[in-house]
Amino acid sequence: MSILIDKNTKVICQGFTGGQGTFHSEQAIAYGTQMVGGVTPGKGGQEHLGLPVFNTVKEAVAETGAEASVIYVPAAFCKDSILEAANGGIKLIVCITEGIPTLDMLDAKVKCDELGVRLIGPNCPGVITPGESKIGIMPGHIHQPGKVGIVSRSGTLTYEAVKQTTDHGFGQSSCVGIGGDPIPGSNFIDILEMFEQDPQTEAIVMIGEIGGTAEEEAAAYIKANVSKPVVAYIAGVTAPPGKRMGHAGAIISGGKGTADEKFGALESAGVKTVRSLAEIGDALKQATGW
Amino acid sequence: MNLHEYQGKQLFADYGLPVSKGFAVDTPEEAAEACNKIGGDKWVVKAQVHAGGRGKAGGVKLIQSPEEAKAFAEQWLGKKLVTFQTDEHGQPVAKILVENCTDIANELYLGAVVDRTTRRVVFMASTEGGVEIEKVAEETPEKILKAEIDPLVGAQPYQARELGFALGLNKEQIKQFTKIFLGLSKLFHDKDLALLEINPLVITGEGNLHCLDAKIGLDGNALYRHPDLQAMQDPSQEDEREAEAAAWELNYVALDGNIGCMVNGAGLAMGTMDIVNLNGGNPANFLDVGGGATKERVAEAFKIILSDDNVKAVLVNIFGGIVRCDMIAEGIIGAVEQVGVNVPVVVRLEGNNAELGAEKLASSGLNIIAATSLTDAAQQVVKAAEGK
Repeated sequence: MSILIDKNTKVICQGFTGGQGTFHSEQAIAYGTQMVGGVTPGKGGQEHLGLPVFNTVKEAVAETGAEASVIYVPAAFCKDSILEAANGGIKLIVCITEGIPTLDMLDAKVKCDELGVRLIGPNCPGVITPGESKIGIMPGHIHQPGKVGIVSRSGTLTYEAVKQTTDHGFGQSSCVGIGGDPIPGSNFIDILEMFEQDPQTEAIVMIGEIGGTAEEEAAAYIKANVSKPVVAYIAGVTAPPGKRMGHAGAIISGGKGTADEKFGALESAGVKTVRSLAEIGDALKQATGW
Repeated sequence: MNLHEYQGKQLFADYGLPVSKGFAVDTPEEAAEACNKIGGDKWVVKAQVHAGGRGKAGGVKLIQSPEEAKAFAEQWLGKKLVTFQTDEHGQPVAKILVENCTDIANELYLGAVVDRTTRRVVFMASTEGGVEIEKVAEETPEKILKAEIDPLVGAQPYQARELGFALGLNKEQIKQFTKIFLGLSKLFHDKDLALLEINPLVITGEGNLHCLDAKIGLDGNALYRHPDLQAMQDPSQEDEREAEAAAWELNYVALDGNIGCMVNGAGLAMGTMDIVNLNGGNPANFLDVGGGATKERVAEAFKIILSDDNVKAVLVNIFGGIVRCDMIAEGIIGAVEQVGVNVPVVVRLEGNNAELGAEKLASSGLNIIAATSLTDAAQQVVKAAEGK
């Protein structure tokens, strides 16, 4: 078991024939992901990377039975691509693109909820179930099938956590990058709920950062609903207020969204926290007794 | 990106909202002329900077003659205004807004933000206008009224009526408030705002609602579809190095420490600052070089980091995911040679071909210290910055 995706998940790529879409689809195919085709309007009927190209998502779903789609189209067209996928029969949308206007995401998120479609991202590395399927831009080779579920707002911080859990020999059940935007398609709670229910996942690593209150909400959820050990790290203790730290969502505004508040909320929920990102693996060892 | 008050009021006027008659001027002579053009015998002059707290800092003044307007403009144009929201150097004043004076009977607050928890644009209104709204929210949260806007149907008049009656407005004022509320919501959506604030929204002596201030923040990700708003950008209000970095698609934020940081990924860049701090050092900046850490981008990043004279050592922390660390090492070596880096550089490479990368750094003959782990890197760079 795992969450969201496994070796049987059939995946299409929107923006398939573009530079990003091509490069990362090649990597995904090499990793073993069941890529079944892609969508580039106007290039329907062609073949790319040995797979069929379709003009529309609807056509791609009808022809291939795809359940998941990964989006690499430019930010200005992402709302349209997400809505096309959601209305075209896709059940899991993973949007990698960074820089989508916030108001576009408000609309896209409402429609995805209405249609019962799971949206991961945007501005994220994607989702991987090690050894089975990889949808996104993360380096496959640092992962190892195993028992730790990882959920994070940051790409490279996820890789750090992955590396440490691999080095300790714990491996990962699934890793989900929920992205660094203020309006993510899925939040910590959505993913924590899946990890709690997944028998393969024995412990959870949660990586947050400054801005918003998603970590505080997750802390309350963990206290009430999560029985598995959780280790958390929050980036941005040294970030100054009022400055956007790279990610659109990483900003302390009106004195709210500081790392200290988040650490405090998680600690009072019984979560094992680490102040150094180099100590995630060791903390996991302590929290689980492995 | 933020707008000046005069720009915000221009947008308000475009959307039919009640704002004072006024002119944004950039010379003392124009300031005096503006008073004559507006007419009357009382005016307000306001220094235009991207910061609140202008009144207390002397940047807003009630005046009674065109000469006073001229004197105010002479005092502030070309100077910097320091408020509790700016840093110690303040923000440069290049424009003065001259407006007719409004009789104030009562001060309200009206604002809107994108609320991350409810995933809606949320309007906030309060009878406690003219003061810091964060304070009101903290001390008397019951005094902040809220209306959530459904993204699919937009703001509705009943929401304005609910807020208006709760604010204690009379029948005529409710009509005016509804128009303002719907206009602001349209503005928020049309122009991709991130933040909107009218503080205060006043009730005039005659009992009419009037937008006395205008604070607008824009969604930087949506600027591409608003050339009119792009033209309103005022680079003088932004940090020079941050603007330079942005031109190279690097995310840079200046801090006050002495350890320069160059990292790939925003989260890891914050995490790197934190681990430097945890080991007794002080980061000089946040810098995310992005996924493709090419030689050119690394060179530009070094230039920006080293333009800060406080920097005594640099920590480069790269997690090579799909890119190979030996290629990144070549990029760093090339950049250090090209830029002429005179401070110690500690490099931590992790991921793809990390060992090969470390070997290349070690044999380069440059003042580059290859760290064995992230913790080691933090300790080494703290030592290096202390000159040990």
